[in-house]
Amino acid sequence: MVWLKRAGLPILAHAGALTPLALLIWNFFHDQLTANPIQYITFRTGKTALVLLVLALACTPLNVLFGLKQAVALRKPFGLYAFLYAALHFVTFVGLDYQFDPELLKEAIFKKRYALVGFAAFLALLPLAVTSTRGWMRRLGKNWKRLHRLVYLAALLAVVHFVWLVKSDVREPLAYGAGVIVLLALRLKSVRRASAKLREKLVGKQGECRQVAVHEDLR
Amino acid sequence: MEKIPSSEITPESVYLSRRRFVGSLGALAASALLPSGLRAADRFEELRKELTPLKSITSYNNFYEFSTQKEAVAGLSQGFRTSPWTVKVSGHVRNPATLDIDDLRKKFPQEERIYRLRCVEGWSMVIPWMGFPLASLLKVVEPTEKAKFVRFETLLDTKQMPGQGASWYSWPYVEGLRLDEAMNDLAILATGLYGNPLPPQNGAPIRLVVPWKYGFKSIKSIVKIELVGSMPISLWMRAAPNEYGFYANVNPAVDHPRWSQSSERRIGEFFRRKTLPFNGYSEQVAHLYAGMDLRRNY
Repeated sequence: MVWLKRAGLPILAHAGALTPLALLIWNFFHDQLTANPIQYITFRTGKTALVLLVLALACTPLNVLFGLKQAVALRKPFGLYAFLYAALHFVTFVGLDYQFDPELLKEAIFKKRYALVGFAAFLALLPLAVTSTRGWMRRLGKNWKRLHRLVYLAALLAVVHFVWLVKSDVREPLAYGAGVIVLLALRLKSVRRASAKLREKLVGKQGECRQVAVHEDLR
Repeated sequence: MEKIPSSEITPESVYLSRRRFVGSLGALAASALLPSGLRAADRFEELRKELTPLKSITSYNNFYEFSTQKEAVAGLSQGFRTSPWTVKVSGHVRNPATLDIDDLRKKFPQEERIYRLRCVEGWSMVIPWMGFPLASLLKVVEPTEKAKFVRFETLLDTKQMPGQGASWYSWPYVEGLRLDEAMNDLAILATGLYGNPLPPQNGAPIRLVVPWKYGFKSIKSIVKIELVGSMPISLWMRAAPNEYGFYANVNPAVDHPRWSQSSERRIGEFFRRKTLPFNGYSEQVAHLYAGMDLRRNY
């Protein structure tokens, strides 16, 4: 039972992150990818990458603010899944849609600002995926954390990429943008301190030792 | 998603074989014996082998009045009332008229036109429209000397068209043509496709089709046609003037901030195609823009 309790959340996270891919494959074999499947796959993989990126960014604040310690362990899988979908998104666009046509790629890079920032977001995620192992963590030491701050940039670029892609209705991309900004703001020292104080007040002395442990974890 | 009874749709294979049958009849008959309308359509015959399947045409629609999701339009538009339906033709004309859709169909002989459709989003189709030249209608109402442009308007009905609740667009949908563009033989008012009346998602009961322009110019579900003196401002010109101009001619040399206009994906094909100037209709329409800077007049 304890095992299930501990494993429940990760299992749910992995299953949830893989479901969009499974659905995509299912839809492919059932001819449910609209009349323009390549573009549809591009949209779906891109959207999923962004959602997972936001989830990855949410893990740390969930722990800091609500003491949801298990969430920290999900940061890495969410981040890696976000990269997986971003890679699928990128390969679909460059390989399937543009079919590596040098003229089209040149046009995309130099004339389509949405493509440029999307590409930049992908490039920002790439080293993070590569250095996500324990070995790299050890090797990079303090710099690992510095390097992985790139994820903030990647998320912001991904939102800009989305904003520049929609026609006039920017509600959806801006909603993601608001989410990313809130999640980044929660990392500010002042916000963290205020939240810790608030929690102390609410939870009282009982929570204190746990609070200390949590903060120890973060540093 | 589609609620049109399948019995009402001619199966594509039957349709094609029927066409081939008619075609071979045509070959047998001396061309002089054929009515001129049929002969005129011969120009569009070469595209018949490239026809986009009916299912794609009726399930992948940009019709923001119903939804901004192309695959959701067909389902949401099925209850759309297209009868009774009138089209009001007014403005600088000698004979203003309000025409019933059934009268329009009877009054103007319907002919088939197989056209390429190039969406500004970088995809394209080949569609067998049924309809009649816009010029035929304009000749009946007789534009006066003051008429320089034609302004079209889609039905405004937020109850039936939930998408019209979106406040960042100025509804109803408006499009326009210069009078000489409107008089060009390629510009038609379509009332059907694949030999059947237009399904709601394709702009029933009557829509404009201007094949040398990006798809958004071909306004759907028209209720008003007005002859005016100055250039109409279309919905897209209002929404994003830096992206959409009045002319919107298909032009691989003029960029769009998002989509590649130099090439396109024909629905159903894996490899991209080069986009043709004026969508392949240069011969018929290029002269309309002689001397114009098409980069500026995008």
